[in-house]
Amino acid sequence: MSAMLQKSMEKSSVFDLSTSSLRDLNAMLQSLPAETNQTSWVVKNPRGAHALAVGITTPVRVNIDGHAGYYAAGMNDGANIIINGNAATGVAENMMSGYVHVKGDASQSAGATAHGGLLVIDGNASARCGISMKGIDIVVKGNVGHMGAFMAQSGSLVVCGDAGDALGDSLYEARIFVKGSVKSLGADCEKKEMTAEDKLILADLLDKSGVDANVEEFTRYGSARKLYHFHVDNAGAY
Amino acid sequence: MCGIAGLFLKSSALEPQLGVLMSTMLNVLTERGPDSAGFAIYGAGKPDQVKFTLRSSKAFDFLALAETFGGSAALYGDHSVVSVAESRAASFKAKLEALPEIVIVSVGKRIEMFKGIGLPDDVGRRFGLSGMAGTHAIGHTRMATESAVTVDGAHPFSTGADQCLVHNGSLSNHNDVRRTLIREGIKFATQNDTEVAAGYLSHKLREGAKLDEALKAALKDLDGFYNFVVGTENGFGVLRDPVSCKPAVMAETNDYVAFASEYRALAELPGIEAAHLFEPEPSRVYFWERAE
Repeated sequence: MSAMLQKSMEKSSVFDLSTSSLRDLNAMLQSLPAETNQTSWVVKNPRGAHALAVGITTPVRVNIDGHAGYYAAGMNDGANIIINGNAATGVAENMMSGYVHVKGDASQSAGATAHGGLLVIDGNASARCGISMKGIDIVVKGNVGHMGAFMAQSGSLVVCGDAGDALGDSLYEARIFVKGSVKSLGADCEKKEMTAEDKLILADLLDKSGVDANVEEFTRYGSARKLYHFHVDNAGAY
Repeated sequence: MCGIAGLFLKSSALEPQLGVLMSTMLNVLTERGPDSAGFAIYGAGKPDQVKFTLRSSKAFDFLALAETFGGSAALYGDHSVVSVAESRAASFKAKLEALPEIVIVSVGKRIEMFKGIGLPDDVGRRFGLSGMAGTHAIGHTRMATESAVTVDGAHPFSTGADQCLVHNGSLSNHNDVRRTLIREGIKFATQNDTEVAAGYLSHKLREGAKLDEALKAALKDLDGFYNFVVGTENGFGVLRDPVSCKPAVMAETNDYVAFASEYRALAELPGIEAAHLFEPEPSRVYFWERAE
């Protein structure tokens, strides 16, 4: 392993994917002991590889220096992962805790099914951002595509730009905040009053993501709770 | 699965490298489609000549056939590109249709199209893709779902002069659309869903629609999931279905527009670091044309 590790100027360990394999990268990151002093990593030449820096359970910092492929930072549990480029399908999918920051755009299903942590996307996120989210907080500084927060259950989706069609479709719970326009709302998603608690949650997420915006500029959306509760009048439909 | 690579050059500087760039893109997409591959390449054309890309199921003397019609033939394994004078194209086509061992892969002033079974790298080598030049190329690596792994079932599909289409996805109403198009005189060689999409666009173009109009109409008439990349003599278009579950990424620089199923296939392109990268939006027609 030592051959592939070299200390960089800023005390980060460098892992170069042009000379070492992705499997070695993930195996190494996944086996770091909790007390490791190699807490900062730079991944060079990712070139859109899939499953970059997945399943890390140690609170280290990983800087992916370029565009990432599918499921980057998936299943993250505690690491601080920065993608210095775009991310393809399913970035930070099933994250448990930690922080993932995409400096470019994210493709579909960003933060899918994630239980915790914070995902920040500086650019736009495409379709199904936060699909089936279960506790993650997602802040998108640009726009989101159609079906944002589809079937979301818990957590917050903050959109600083516009949202596409069918926002919050089949929503169970979760908070959605949108600063710009919403093309259409999905089934059982409705506009809500912004409560004092909502404002605190939103202000905290904006602060953590470095977004300079007033909570008053956002509109809160949430579940109308008509779809997932059994209602006897709908018995014929089951 | 399936992988798509499309490269449309905006300037002539990269034209000699078109084949090698397309070859690199396709090889990266091997994992998305290892059973067969194909590509269309728009090279130099002569104003009074028509190029027929032909395939033969058994040994066939393409040179002699071309000579009979005063044309010329270039041989590429089981494919051959035969050029004949435009004035004799109709009679040449009639002759081809009477030869059961010959498949007309594509016809046009500039298009040449090759496909085969095997890994993309093997298919590319078979036809010498790396040595080819041109203005735009569209390639596909196939993982078959809707019809058998055959050379005919490999993409691209061409159903009109200088037109081709590749597809990632599957269409659910292709049988119905095929029946309608057959009544309109469009001919189909396979049971493949993608060929129906190609035939649909050819029919629209034949009726006078521009490529962007034809693609817009496809949004209404073709049901299913799809990323389409289409080529015409001077144009290059992209369309994704409204749900857009199939992956797509595009890169644009002053020199080219490129489409790929995954960024990995774009990573080798010159100047990619400074390219404008974007994901094409659902239901939006993207279209580039080069003025000759």
